[in-house]
Amino acid sequence: MRLYLTAFVLFAAFSMSAQDTLQNISVQSSSRSLKKSLSVTANTTVMTSKELLKAACCNLAESFETNPSIDVNFSDALTGAKQIKMLGLTSPYLMITEENIPSVRGASQAYGLSFTPGTWVESIQITKGAGSVVNGFESISGQINTELLKPMNDIPFFLNVYGSTDSRFEINTHINRKLSDKWASSLFIHGNSRLSKNDMNDDGFLDNPLGSQINIMNRWQYSNAEKGWVSFINFRFMNDEKQTGQVDFNPDLDKFTTNHWGSEINTRRYDVATKIGYVFPDMPFQSIGFQNAFSRHEQDSYFGFNRYDIAQDSFYSNLILNSIIDNTMHKFATGLNFSYDRYDEFVQVPGIDRDFDRIDNSVGAFFEYTYDNTDNFSLIAGVRVDNHNRLGTFVTPRLHLRYNPWEKGVIRASAGRGKRAANIFAENQQLFASARNFAILNSTGNIYGLDPEIAWNYGISFNQRFDLFGKPADAGFDLYRTDFENQVVVDWFAGPTQVNFYNLDGKSVANSLQVDFNYEPVKHLNIRTAYKFYDIETDYAEGNFERPLQAKHRFFTNVEFATHIKQKGQRWKFDATWNWTGSQRLPDTSGNPAEYRLPGHSPAFSVVNAQITRTFSSVFEVYVGGENIANYKQDKPILGADDPFGPNFDASIVYAPIFGQMYYAGLRFKIK
Amino acid sequence: MKKIIFILLVALIGIGANAQQKKSKNAKYSVEVNGNCEQCKKRIEKAAFSVAGVKSAVWDVDSHQLALIINEEKTSLEEVEKAVAKAGHDSEKAKASDEDYDKLHSCCKYGRKP
Repeated sequence: MRLYLTAFVLFAAFSMSAQDTLQNISVQSSSRSLKKSLSVTANTTVMTSKELLKAACCNLAESFETNPSIDVNFSDALTGAKQIKMLGLTSPYLMITEENIPSVRGASQAYGLSFTPGTWVESIQITKGAGSVVNGFESISGQINTELLKPMNDIPFFLNVYGSTDSRFEINTHINRKLSDKWASSLFIHGNSRLSKNDMNDDGFLDNPLGSQINIMNRWQYSNAEKGWVSFINFRFMNDEKQTGQVDFNPDLDKFTTNHWGSEINTRRYDVATKIGYVFPDMPFQSIGFQNAFSRHEQDSYFGFNRYDIAQDSFYSNLILNSIIDNTMHKFATGLNFSYDRYDEFVQVPGIDRDFDRIDNSVGAFFEYTYDNTDNFSLIAGVRVDNHNRLGTFVTPRLHLRYNPWEKGVIRASAGRGKRAANIFAENQQLFASARNFAILNSTGNIYGLDPEIAWNYGISFNQRFDLFGKPADAGFDLYRTDFENQVVVDWFAGPTQVNFYNLDGKSVANSLQVDFNYEPVKHLNIRTAYKFYDIETDYAEGNFERPLQAKHRFFTNVEFATHIKQKGQRWKFDATWNWTGSQRLPDTSGNPAEYRLPGHSPAFSVVNAQITRTFSSVFEVYVGGENIANYKQDKPILGADDPFGPNFDASIVYAPIFGQMYYAGLRFKIK
Repeated sequence: MKKIIFILLVALIGIGANAQQKKSKNAKYSVEVNGNCEQCKKRIEKAAFSVAGVKSAVWDVDSHQLALIINEEKTSLEEVEKAVAKAGHDSEKAKASDEDYDKLHSCCKYGRKP
């Protein structure tokens, strides 16, 4: 029996060796800036660059404000960095990639999204749920992939200038040259700065950090359609400096003194990435891709007397083969990944004062099969096996299904497993801005003494398009559940001056429901609405609680209206977004003296943003807008602001905007 | 030893089957197939894929062109056209029977060329 089997396998291998495919899916050019397809298997929304023009949107972190799938949290008082959440879980549980290379991870977890300027972005794909096995095993609640502008398709010159009443200024310049019919190059230069100090709530602390960033990218693209080759080479350098704390803090005089409380976070990053793709000319369904990325990330920072320095050298490599089995109804992708990360990490806070230097590496193989009956059903089944020096050898399965039960209706389901090493300090940097005592309660695990985080994610969604009073509308819901087998619990409940990290003992689940309704009652008038419900509970050492700083209920509306484009491209565009955030559980402060206590729950509040864009021609437009127009401000964003070196100081509890109304204006100029 | 020879033999036949080809394993064709709508597209592509050896089949609603990549060792363009005709869609070389045409959904009743 074995004999026949071996013979058969060999026969199959040889006769299949010449086989085939990856059919190019032509992306429909639609004027919609947010696209959800009825025929894509995973629950993916594509945001085009047009969507990014609808808000102040200076970098990737801020680009999701008009999108209901992703919740943008308010920047903490200290760093000004906005954190995002999907399905109620923070960005460490998302796989964030730039052109399919994992980008925001490890040391860059907290601020990484703010290191990609919005104008560089061509499109963003947001996938809810398990995601694909192709890029790795770490994603748990979703994937966000950003495609940057491609040199071959870029315009020769682009300029964007922006200024706002919170005294932030930005300039973006893109220069593109086509060197031959096969080579093109783009140079992107981004600079931003905030030079003057804001303290609108008179607590003596800056509402947003002073800072400056310079970010330069040089991309090269080679493409030879006849022979089937395409290649990208990227070089990038970024330097980001932030200073925050008390208004009177002067780093030269006051650093590591009790004169004034202050903080500086300086980050420098170098990136080199290459990508080579080959499509077999006589078999457009078969292709090979090879990606390599190297980066160095250095962050030096202090927060009062707390110090945190981290450097990460990272190498990532991915080899992928796409082809078909018999025909394009059966496709597969298979390949290998390799990753290497060397961390130099130094933490000096109450309770911990040591280095956490380490090397992580992993090698893995994946196979993903896609079936599409070209009609109403498709599935993607993927599996990968990885060997990681801290996580061990493990299998990651993922499954996505799509079914169109009737016209214009789509049901999707997904399930999958994710596993990751939590970088507890890099991911929770806001806690450094407090007088809290830090403790890691486990010591037997491989990662800071802790065990790997493992979770299963399951989801189901339904969407139906229909006509309402003769105009297009769609409605649907998403229901997702994330079940943690193990989680690194960040416990703020042990007392207001303590934070503990430990392995989950018991249950931790995140359930989320999103109900959507979108309507276009008049041509060029689009209304998007979404209600979101989150039920996120974790067994802490002190009992089962709702995850703090997470609203149970949220409501979102975005209205956009544009006039018809006139002959020369003149047009008005209006956008408004209303976000209502329900009450959130706050970390326990009951042990503090009365003046430093917060209520158990925050009040509900609304934030309204709006923007008007005037396009004068296809090459010139200006925009003005406002954020938080209703001027909601968090009461007491910094506990113990009057005694920053005292035991009750805490700037980490941020549930609402700190800065009130903000107005901005900008212009965009192109040479086509 | 016998076993090894057997395995090698079978493997060689595998290689031989591969090397022998004079016919293209990835022959590209584009033929006009009559139809109207998205539903037609699904039916035409499904019919084409039902023929073993068809690797890729994409029908364009606007141009009515069916772009094919087929393994000519296994099938031929004629076979595909026949299968598509059986599903009710005419191409230049193979016409659907009136019976098969009449089975089409009303929105797919394209104007037949004589």
